[in-house]
Amino acid sequence: MPDERIYLDYAATTPVDGRVRAAMGPYHSEKFGNPSSLHSFGQETRAALEKAREQVAALIGALPGEIVFTSGGTEADNFALEGIAFANENKGNHIITSAVEHHAVLHCCEFLKKRGCEITVLPVDGSGLVSPEAVAGALTPRTVLVSIMHANNEIGTIEPVAEIAEAIKSRVAGRESRVYFHTDAVQTAGHIPVNVNDLGVDLLAISAHKLYGPKGVGCLYVRKGTRLAPLLHGGAQENNRRASTENVPGIVGFGAAAELARSEMAEESKKLLPLRDKLMNGLLTRIPDVRLNGHPARRLPNNVNVSVKYIEGESMLLNLDLLGIAASSGSACTSGSLDPSHVLMAIGLPHEIAHGSLRFTLGQQTTEAEIDYVLEKLPPVIEKLRAMSPLYPGGKK
Amino acid sequence: MTGPYSAKVMDHFMNPRNVGEIPDADGVGQVGNPVCGDIMKMYIKVKDKIITDVKFQTFGCGAAIATSSMATELIKGKNIDEALALTNKAVAEALDGLPPVKMHCSVLAEEAVRAAINDYLIKTTGQGLPGFKPHDESLHKEVHGN
Ligand SMILES: Cc1ncc(COP(=O)(O)O)c(C=O)c1O
Ligand code: FES
Repeated sequence: MPDERIYLDYAATTPVDGRVRAAMGPYHSEKFGNPSSLHSFGQETRAALEKAREQVAALIGALPGEIVFTSGGTEADNFALEGIAFANENKGNHIITSAVEHHAVLHCCEFLKKRGCEITVLPVDGSGLVSPEAVAGALTPRTVLVSIMHANNEIGTIEPVAEIAEAIKSRVAGRESRVYFHTDAVQTAGHIPVNVNDLGVDLLAISAHKLYGPKGVGCLYVRKGTRLAPLLHGGAQENNRRASTENVPGIVGFGAAAELARSEMAEESKKLLPLRDKLMNGLLTRIPDVRLNGHPARRLPNNVNVSVKYIEGESMLLNLDLLGIAASSGSACTSGSLDPSHVLMAIGLPHEIAHGSLRFTLGQQTTEAEIDYVLEKLPPVIEKLRAMSPLYPGGKK
Repeated sequence: MTGPYSAKVMDHFMNPRNVGEIPDADGVGQVGNPVCGDIMKMYIKVKDKIITDVKFQTFGCGAAIATSSMATELIKGKNIDEALALTNKAVAEALDGLPPVKMHCSVLAEEAVRAAINDYLIKTTGQGLPGFKPHDESLHKEVHGN
C-alpha cells in the first residue's frame, strides 16, 4: 500500500473541514447550555443555533425560519414524506416518486403504502433522468406530494427539478388543494448551486456530512405555509416542528460548513470537473468493455460511475483497497442482498453489468496525482480479474 | 486492510491457485445464476478415479474466488468419492472462516465440484450423480439470501 491512502468515496461521506471543527469546538464543553434555557448559558447556544440557521438558509436561498434541523438526510426525507402524508390525509393520499431515489425515500414510501398511501414510482431513462411530462401525467386529484431527488448519489445524474416543478404547476393550476414538491438535495447542496426558488420546491433535504460537516445532522427546508406533521413529539424546539434538545455542536458545524461551501463551491467544482473528466475518459479509453453509468453531461462534478464487463465489483474494491484506493460499487456482493443496486437496475443494466459497477467520487483533497495513480493501477487489476472470469471472451484466446 | 476477510481468504483471493481452463477436461461443471451473475466453472482431469488436475474460473466476489481456489486445492489428488464428500463448510473452515453473509458463496464452490464430477460420470458411465440437480433459483437464494 502507498504511504498515503486515496479517498475517492466522497459521496459516502466527507471529512470534517478543519475550520468547521474549530467552529464546533467551544460547543461541547465551554458553551454547553440548552438553547431553550432562559439564562446566559442558554442564550449563547440559542444565538449559535440561529446563526447556523441563517448560514444554512443562505446556502439555498431560503428564509432562516424555513430551516428545520434534523439528525441527517434520512430523517429529513422521512419527515418530508410522512409529514406531508399525515398532515394532508383529508386532501389525498397519493405520492409520486422515482425508481432511483435513495432508500431514505423509497423505503419510507413502502412504509406509507402499508399505511394506505398510493405510491407511483416513475421509471427513469437509460441515463437516470426522470421525465417532467411523466410526473405531470401521473398527477391525480388525490396527489399530495411529488418527491424527486436533485442528483443521484450513485450515478451522479442531475434531475430536471425546476422543469418538474413547472410541469406540476401548470398541470394543477386552478386546483384547490396543493401538490407539494420535495427534493432530496443531499448530494447537491454545497456542491452545485441550489436555490429553493429557482428549483420551485416546497421541501428540500440536506445532510451535513456530505459537505464537510459532521455526521448525524442535517435539515429539511420547509417552505412557509406548508402543512407538515412532526415526526417527533415532545418539546417546542424548532418552532414546534421537531421536538428534542438541539444537537448544538453538530448544527454549528453544519452552519459553518454551509457558509464555507457557499463561498468555495464554485472554485471546488472548477477544480474537480477536469479531474472527473480525466478519470472518466481515462477509464473509458484505457480499458476495453467499460461503460459509463449516468448522464454524460447532466452530472455531478465529482461523480464517475462505470461498469466493467465480465467481472464483479467487490473483487475490484478489495484489490483497490489493498492499493490504498477507496471506492464503492453497486454490486449485490457488497450489500449482501439479492439484487445489485436498484439505481443500476432502474437504468436498465443487465444484472451482470450492474454487478461490475465502480463508483469514484472526488472531493476537496483529490489531486491529479491521485487520479493518475488510479488510472495506472486499475487496468492491471481488471486484467487479472478478467483472466479469472468464465464470462471473459478474451480469456479463451 | 483485508476488510471483512481472514488473511487466508485474502491470500487465496489475491493469489488464487489453479486458475484457468483445461481444454481436454474429463468433466466440466458450471454453476451460478445468470440473474445474480455469480458464476463458477470447474474443470477436472480424472485418471483411475483420481482427480489429477483441476482448474477454475469464477465471476463473483472475493469470497467466491477464494472458495473456488480452496476447493480446487482440497480435491486435487483426491479420488472422486473423497471429492464428493467435500462440503461448503469444510471449504470455509479451510479458509479460517467466512463472514456470515459470505458463507453461502462457499456453496457455489461445493456445487461446482459436484457439477464437474457429475459431468465426468455422465461422459464415462452415461449416468450422473443420483439426485444431482444443476443450479437453480434455490442456489441463488442460498448465495445471496432473499
Ligand atoms: C441522496 C441521499 N439521500 C439521503 C442520504 C442519507 O443521509 P444521512 O446519511 O445523513 O441520513 C444519503 C446519504 O447516504 C444520500 O446520498
Ligand atoms: S459471489 Fe456474490 S456475494 Fe459472493
